[in-house]
Amino acid sequence: MMPVEHSVQNLVPEISIRHLNFYYGNAIALKNINLDIFKGKVTAFIGPSGCGKSTLLRAINRMYDLYPGQRAEGELLIDGQNILAGGVDTIALRAKVGMVFQKPTPFPMSIYDNIAFGVKMHEKLSRTQMDDRVEWALTKAALWGEVKDKLKSPGTGLSGGQQQRLCIARGVAVKPHVLLLDEPTSALDPISTMRIEELIHELKTEFTIAIVTHNMQQAARVSDFTAYMYLGELVEFGRTDDVFIKPRDKRTEDYITGRMG
Amino acid sequence: MHAVGNPVPAPAGGKPGRSGDGSRSGAASHRGAPGPLQTAAVKGKLGDLLFFNLTRAFAVLTLLLLVGIVVSLIWSAWPSITTFGLGFLTSAEWNPPAERFGALVPMYGTVVTSLIALLIALPISFGIALFLTELSPTWLRRPLGIAIELLAGIPSIVYGIWGLLVFAPIFGEHVQPVIAQTLGQLPAIGAFFRGPAIGIGILAAGIILAIMIIPFITSVMRDVFELTPPMLKESCYGLGGTTWEVVWNVVLPYTRVGVIGGVMLGLGRALGETMAVTFVIGNASLLANFSLFMPGNSITSALANEFAEATPGLYTGALVELGLILFVITFIVLALSKVLLHTLDREKAGKT
Repeated sequence: MMPVEHSVQNLVPEISIRHLNFYYGNAIALKNINLDIFKGKVTAFIGPSGCGKSTLLRAINRMYDLYPGQRAEGELLIDGQNILAGGVDTIALRAKVGMVFQKPTPFPMSIYDNIAFGVKMHEKLSRTQMDDRVEWALTKAALWGEVKDKLKSPGTGLSGGQQQRLCIARGVAVKPHVLLLDEPTSALDPISTMRIEELIHELKTEFTIAIVTHNMQQAARVSDFTAYMYLGELVEFGRTDDVFIKPRDKRTEDYITGRMG
Repeated sequence: MHAVGNPVPAPAGGKPGRSGDGSRSGAASHRGAPGPLQTAAVKGKLGDLLFFNLTRAFAVLTLLLLVGIVVSLIWSAWPSITTFGLGFLTSAEWNPPAERFGALVPMYGTVVTSLIALLIALPISFGIALFLTELSPTWLRRPLGIAIELLAGIPSIVYGIWGLLVFAPIFGEHVQPVIAQTLGQLPAIGAFFRGPAIGIGILAAGIILAIMIIPFITSVMRDVFELTPPMLKESCYGLGGTTWEVVWNVVLPYTRVGVIGGVMLGLGRALGETMAVTFVIGNASLLANFSLFMPGNSITSALANEFAEATPGLYTGALVELGLILFVITFIVLALSKVLLHTLDREKAGKT
């Protein structure tokens, strides 16, 4: 659609999406999506409800596989491999592509186990290595200081904002390449939201981040690239500054200026 | 416009908020408010009071019934309780002509058949529920679910007849010899699996009971598994979890209260099941050894078989006391499940 100048700042695509169509049964939810998600950058997906931004996110880690009737066509390349093709190891894929959801979803186990659980599924670590990994992940998620004295208490006992950071830590602990954040702050208060946004800034030095958000200020604050989607189409994609300051498409302009959506 | 029987001949708006026409007839008619409003309030209060007392009466009635049943059981069992004392629980003798009675054989039969049933039914039910909620293709879900529910609807006497005429012969001829040659040869537990392969017996009764309680445990498990928030499951899948890891580490801990409830429901049913067990357990008041191949007796089958011919007095008293013991066993099972849940909760909280 609108090619972003790759040459500048030598951007490397982590994920390349080509001609992606997505269907819920017979209803089409994504129409011919083409875009690159760049390594080490934050890409925000904005657009009114039902525009397909969450659907796109859930295609990237094949979460839709869990639901019969949902299917994707086209190409979604990660490390040169089309992950939409048959025979893809979704377990390995999801270890590489972590996800955080709208609401915090701590597992019914202790804080420590919430982090260690995901790691155990993919790696065999000794006790001390695991302790280190848990501390590392919790530190990355800016939660270590608050929970280091109660690692054995249940994760569900934390506040909403802490729970969400726990979920981010849990995702980070597996050492994925990509983190998908699906409206990660929509259930949080402004202070917790701010902390998560700061966290996103920190995390992008090590991870590629794709974030879906309803909050345009948030998209403007945290992202390097922004994709505006409407009714299953990618209307505009570019550097966040460009999209917000001088949008090329009238529909994008209407949306970000609040005339629609 | 007005509802029939409305005592106030005021405009319809006189009872704002009470019915649909209040909002339609405009603000002008609100002046007549106090009278009808108060009447309505009084009426509401009376209704609430009546409802409260009615429901309380029902609740109290349950309690009274329970107490009544316990008291009448003890009353009827009194001759036996005074004659045999605690020895009733440890004696394996059941001799109506000599009027010497002991509950050990039927107690053993009841507890052991139920345990066998639970041991078999638990993993199978878990597997079915897991398949139905997580793995099954959509088109298979409904027919399979309905089949499970139908299985729960089969009258127990049908299970009994089927168990006696179809299951027991096959079991005795083809399965028991194999078990005897394999499990029966093991050092410690071998003693449970030796003896005559006659089909009917404690093991057969346990297996029939297992088949009967599988649909109960399965449907409860399936229902509670479906209550797990999809997002929670997706979180685990999203970390690269397999279906097994998701179910074992997320779904099961999240739903454990419901799962334990379902298991206890099944166990309760197994303990109280009469007809099917009576058909296949063999009804022998003997406890020669601990072999599960031997015919035995359960509390319920003893009652069903013997009540009609029991002479009043000690014999009837002993049978009623058996009933009382079953009541106590069920109560203990219930209490244990509560304790189990409580311990699990404390374990979770205690890690703080």
